[in-house]
Amino acid sequence: MKPDPNAPRDHSLARLAAAMAPVLLLLILLPTFVETYQIQLVTYGLIAAIAALGFNLLLGYTGLLSFGHSAYFGLGAYTVAFVVQRLGPHSMEFYILIGIPVVAIASALFGYVCVRHTRIFFGILTLAISQVVYSLALKLYWVTGGSDGLRVPRPALLLGLLNFSGPRGFQQFITSYYYYVLAIFVVCVVLMWVVVHSPFGKALQAIRDNEVRARFLGLRIRRFRWISFLVSGTLTGLAGILWVPLNGLTTPDVLYWTFSGEIVFSALLGGFRNFTGPIVGGIVFTYLKTYAVATTEYWQLLLGVVLVTLVLVLPTGIVGGLSTLGLRLRKGRS
Amino acid sequence: MPLLKTVNLRKQFGETRACDGVNFVVNKGEFLSLVGSNGAGKTTLVNLISAHLQPDSGQILFDDRDITFTTVTDRIKAGIVRSFQIVNLFDGLSVFDNVALSIFSRDGKAVQMAALADHDYDVRRETIEVLGEFGLTNKLEVPAGGLAQGERKLLDVAVAYALRPRLLFLDEPTSGVSTHEKAQIMDTVSSVVRRGMVTAVVIEHDMDVVFRYSDRIVMMHEGSFLADGTPDEIRANKDVASILLGAPLAS
Repeated sequence: MKPDPNAPRDHSLARLAAAMAPVLLLLILLPTFVETYQIQLVTYGLIAAIAALGFNLLLGYTGLLSFGHSAYFGLGAYTVAFVVQRLGPHSMEFYILIGIPVVAIASALFGYVCVRHTRIFFGILTLAISQVVYSLALKLYWVTGGSDGLRVPRPALLLGLLNFSGPRGFQQFITSYYYYVLAIFVVCVVLMWVVVHSPFGKALQAIRDNEVRARFLGLRIRRFRWISFLVSGTLTGLAGILWVPLNGLTTPDVLYWTFSGEIVFSALLGGFRNFTGPIVGGIVFTYLKTYAVATTEYWQLLLGVVLVTLVLVLPTGIVGGLSTLGLRLRKGRS
Repeated sequence: MPLLKTVNLRKQFGETRACDGVNFVVNKGEFLSLVGSNGAGKTTLVNLISAHLQPDSGQILFDDRDITFTTVTDRIKAGIVRSFQIVNLFDGLSVFDNVALSIFSRDGKAVQMAALADHDYDVRRETIEVLGEFGLTNKLEVPAGGLAQGERKLLDVAVAYALRPRLLFLDEPTSGVSTHEKAQIMDTVSSVVRRGMVTAVVIEHDMDVVFRYSDRIVMMHEGSFLADGTPDEIRANKDVASILLGAPLAS
C-alpha cells in the first residue's frame, strides 16, 4: 500500500496538547490544595526545567555536552540584579526585555568560540568560559557585590498591574509568580517542541548522528551548532532571569561549575534522549536537592549516590525508563 | 559531452601517491564504474572531486567551470553528490527523515526553525516518491539504525539521490551484502539513476556487477589510470585481468 502523502504524518502538535493538558490542569489547580512553600518549590522546579530544556537542545539533540551552562543562567540572574540596581523600574517584563538580549548576545559570542570544537574539547571550553564569568562576578565586586551578591526585591508583574507589598505580599507574590512562571514555561515547552520537530531540529539530530554525512547533504555544520548553542544558552538564561526574583538574591554560586553540573544532572535524571526528560529531571532534581539538604549536611554525598545509581540502573533517565517499561507492558498484553 | 574533467590531479599521502596526475573525464548521462584493487586511489579521487580532500595540484572542471577550490557546500549546490563506502546514515532518525532532510537541505529549508517538518507537504510528497523508487515505502517510520544491511545500502543511495544531483558518486553501493542482494540493489540503483538521467560514477569491486551495469569502465592502479573503455574492451584487456586476478587470465 502506498502511503498517502497528504495525510498528516503524525499528529505531533495534537499529541503534545493531549499529553500536556492533564498535567497543565493539575499545575493550574495546584495552589488551591498545597501550601505556599510547596508552590515556591514547584516554581523553582519549573525554572530548573526551563534551564534543563534549553541545555538539552545541545546535549540531546545536537550531541554537545556543555559544562558551562551556569554562565547563561547566572548572566540572566545578574542582568536582572544589575537592572534593579542601576535602571529603576521594578517590572518583571522590563527585566525579561533587557535580560533576554543580554543572554542571547553572550550565548552567541561564547557559542561562536565553543562550537569550533566538539566532544571533550567543547565541554572544556564551555567550562573554562563559565569559570571566567564566575571569576569576574567574584572580583568585580563594585558591580556584582562580590561573594555577597546582589539583592533583588519582588518585582511588579504584568506591567505593574500586580504589586506585592503589605503583610500578605509574600504569599500573594509566590502564587502570582507561580502562574507567571507556569505561563512562560508552557510557552518555552511549545517553542522547544516546535524547534526540535522543525527542519532545523531534524538537521541538528542528523549532525549529532553523523557529522560527515550531514556535511555532504550540504548542511553548514558549524552554523547549525552555533544557532543551537544560541537558542540553548538563551533559554537557560531566561531561567536565570525568572529565578532571581524568586530567590531574592543572586550570588556567584549560580555561575560556579557545580551549578552547571546540576543542570547536567537534571537532564540525565529525567533522560536526555526524551523531549520531556529534562523537564521531569529539572523538577525532580529541585525536590531531590531541597530534601537532601534538609535531611543531611552531607547532601552532596546523597546526590552523588543517586547519580551513580542512575547511571548504572537507569541510563536513559526517569522518562526513558518509564517509556521502556510502558513499551514492555504493552507488548506483554498483546 | 564531458560533465566533469580533472586535469593532472595529484594527491600524495607521505610517500604514497594516491592520485598521480589523474585526467578523469565523466560524460553526461553515462553510468561509469571505477575499479581497481584496494589502495588504487579510487576513493581518494572521489574525495578530491567531492571536496572531502584538497588536491596537492591539478584542476577540477565541472561543466567547464573551475571548481578546484570550492567548498563541499558549493559542490553539492553545483550538483556533485556522493555516498560513502561504509554506510553513513542518521541512525537515530527515521527512514523518512533521512531522505526528507536531504530535500530540506537542497531547498535551503533546513534552517527553518518555526515550522514543523512533518507539515511540509511538498517535501513529504517528494520524500515518499523517492523512497518509493528505492522500494522503501513500507519502512517510513523505522529508525535507519533498525534496517537490514541491504536496505541500509539502498537508503544510503536514496539520501544522496534525493539531493537531485547531476553527478552522483557511489562508493561501493553493494559492499557487505549477499550476492543475491547485490543484483537487487544494483537493479534498483541503476534504473533509478537512468530514469532520473543522473550521471553516475560507481566504485565497485564485484566485476560481474561492473560488467553488467556499466556503460564505461575506468581502471585505476597505484594512483593512475590503467585502462578506460566499454565493458567489452575492458574484458579483453590483458593488463586489467592480470591486476584483478593477480595473474594473466588463463583462457
